[in-house]
Amino acid sequence: MDFNDTAAEARFRDEARTWLTANVPTTNELEGLDYIAKARLWQKRKYDAGWACLRWPKEYGGRGAGAMDQVIWGQEESKFDTPQSVFMIGQGMAAPTLMTYAADEHKKRYLPKLASGEEIWCQLFSEPAGGSDLAALRTRSEKRGDEWIVNGQKIWTSGAHYSDWGILVTRSDPTVPKHKGLTYFFLDMKTPGIEIKPIKQISGGANFNEVYFTDVRIPDSQRLGAVGQGWQVSLTTLMNERASIGAGGAGVNFNLAYKLAQKVMIDDRPAIEDRSVRARLANWYVEEAGLKYTGYRTMTAMSRGQTPGPENSIGKAVGAPKTQDMASFCMDLLEMSGAINDPEIAEAAGLIQMTFMAAPGGRIAGGTDEILLNILAERVLGLPQDVRVDKGIPFNEVPTGRG
Amino acid sequence: MNFEFSEEQNLLREQAHGFLKANCPPAAVRKILEGKASYDEKLWHQIAEMGWTATTIPEQYGGLGLGYLELCVIAEELGRAVAPVPFSSSVYLATEALLLAGSQEQKELWLPRLAAGEAIGTFALAEGPGRTSPKSLKVALSQGRLRGTKIGVVDGDIADFAIVVAKSRAGDKASWYLVDLTQRNVKRSVVSTLDPTRSHASITLRSADAQLLGADGEGWALTQKLLDRAAILFAWEQVGGADAALNMAKEYALGRYAFGRSIASYQAIKHKLATAYIKNTLARSNCYYGAWALNTNAAELALAAASARVAAIQAYYFASKENIQTHGGMGFTWEFDCQFYYRRAKLLSVNIGSESFWQDRLITAVEHSNVA
Repeated sequence: MDFNDTAAEARFRDEARTWLTANVPTTNELEGLDYIAKARLWQKRKYDAGWACLRWPKEYGGRGAGAMDQVIWGQEESKFDTPQSVFMIGQGMAAPTLMTYAADEHKKRYLPKLASGEEIWCQLFSEPAGGSDLAALRTRSEKRGDEWIVNGQKIWTSGAHYSDWGILVTRSDPTVPKHKGLTYFFLDMKTPGIEIKPIKQISGGANFNEVYFTDVRIPDSQRLGAVGQGWQVSLTTLMNERASIGAGGAGVNFNLAYKLAQKVMIDDRPAIEDRSVRARLANWYVEEAGLKYTGYRTMTAMSRGQTPGPENSIGKAVGAPKTQDMASFCMDLLEMSGAINDPEIAEAAGLIQMTFMAAPGGRIAGGTDEILLNILAERVLGLPQDVRVDKGIPFNEVPTGRG
Repeated sequence: MNFEFSEEQNLLREQAHGFLKANCPPAAVRKILEGKASYDEKLWHQIAEMGWTATTIPEQYGGLGLGYLELCVIAEELGRAVAPVPFSSSVYLATEALLLAGSQEQKELWLPRLAAGEAIGTFALAEGPGRTSPKSLKVALSQGRLRGTKIGVVDGDIADFAIVVAKSRAGDKASWYLVDLTQRNVKRSVVSTLDPTRSHASITLRSADAQLLGADGEGWALTQKLLDRAAILFAWEQVGGADAALNMAKEYALGRYAFGRSIASYQAIKHKLATAYIKNTLARSNCYYGAWALNTNAAELALAAASARVAAIQAYYFASKENIQTHGGMGFTWEFDCQFYYRRAKLLSVNIGSESFWQDRLITAVEHSNVA
């Protein structure tokens, strides 16, 4: 038992580190660019040097590398201050779906531009009436000649406003049970009839959008999978979602809370001396360490050629609520100044309060806490699915309630 | 990255699992729970014959000279089986204490017997309710002999000797003493505890013959070292038990029907069991790190020990109580085996310091390290 790379892994790590050291954009290079332009600059540079989308085949702009190389690259890249990526949905979710279902000429047309960052993709899945129960979506698609006419509404679409392309799942047949009447497409986000409205979040940001479709025309050649096979195609996309979203939770973590507890006082003594503070910090340390070493175990399995499974849902299931609780706890440590988020005077320039307000989103996006527990229960422990009262019933006869 | 047990170690796990399944089924645990015997003597001798008690003892003292990864593997399986044997006292505590502080002569006298399972050792620290400290210790030397009482010593009624933490000669610190428990000046009385599958005794030393183990005044520092090492082995037992409790809950839920369907299909049960799975996984991964730290005697040992221990205490407690809950009323009956895990989880969690003791120790370890 050790934490060492194999000889090949060590060589790859070295090579990656050397390239990163020489090529991560400097502050000067990024000066004056908005975050999308920054992200594009960095992505293009990686692509040109063969460091983009490492696991993809070379013909689509990747490196043809193994899963372990991808992990090592991620570790090394995260040690540098690089522009935030806006390509995760495209590269992490749309691309695997295209690789599985798209025609060869489409793969050649779209994948390299995804890898180079030239084109950004978004995911048009969730709807007001279809969240955790995604297959309850209602956006209607009807075939007319060689085209499909799409009407309806999507919601929670990250980056719709700056995306060039989108992956879209629709209801093509409401008279059959819900999983059987779906059809999947990709489309140009500039197509007439698409209207995008940003959603303001409780955190103040607006990363998501509502996307309205009014008689939007999509060529049948942009269908992925057979008519009515949209659910199976969606599963390919979703299998990659949690892998690309990951545990997150950077920012407010054990280190930040520990340092804060050393600094702030309780009854004129550093808070870190308080037993209850120590106990809570210890619990979070154990969770963070547990996730880290679970990751090491997964990496070991990958290093031996195994594929990680649904047990990796544990990262977000633990990390997201932990982040929320830690932000709340840090504000308690700050006592009466805990609510101040003015970056000029707030502790950590308001990061704690920002995290507190962003954390509810972390527990919902990419599978709610509850859905993740269902996944662990069903796919890891092998417990049966809950009863589905809409099973086998034509979609247009399923009770819908409010909304 | 090679953060995994080796093939040989996994083979040992399979052997241990198979052996305990055959020789320590729930009925064997129940026999000790309900009977008069302090432990399963036959099982203990079989375990010794297989060399488990000799795992980390160097070959020169009759041991196998294997590493701690092997011992962690065995600990997990003993925990899974809720084995009613004095393994933790004799191996994780007494053997480790001798390896840490024993003189050549003390090692030569006791280690071969411990390795062969002919002698049982234990560790005697507590003297009453609450946390013991060098100041609170009352057991002390008087005219070169030990006087005082240690309460609730695990396996105290069956052990041949104990490592007794007592006041140092000057009275301001602590020292370790090796005490032969079979001598006339030692009075032992069995005490009833939460977990009758692991016997306990109060030990009264009436001018008992005692030998220093380690230097005078070093007893408290040695105790801390010993606790760190033992914590990782205890944690592996706890993880094994927690896993068994989760499995028991899962099997029952799958087969139990209410309102026309398996209760395992209700989210209230699924989320409970998934939460137990998460806690067990976090504990197991922390234990992996503990195993590595123990095996390599890493600088991070104290932090790794506290993390493994805190996670394992929490995981086993949760899995054992929710196993009863999943079973409903039947889980509360004497007839069902759910009680084994519930009892053992709590016993193991107070045996070498409670959850809050180890939480505090974890932060102390962070303070002493540069990792944060």
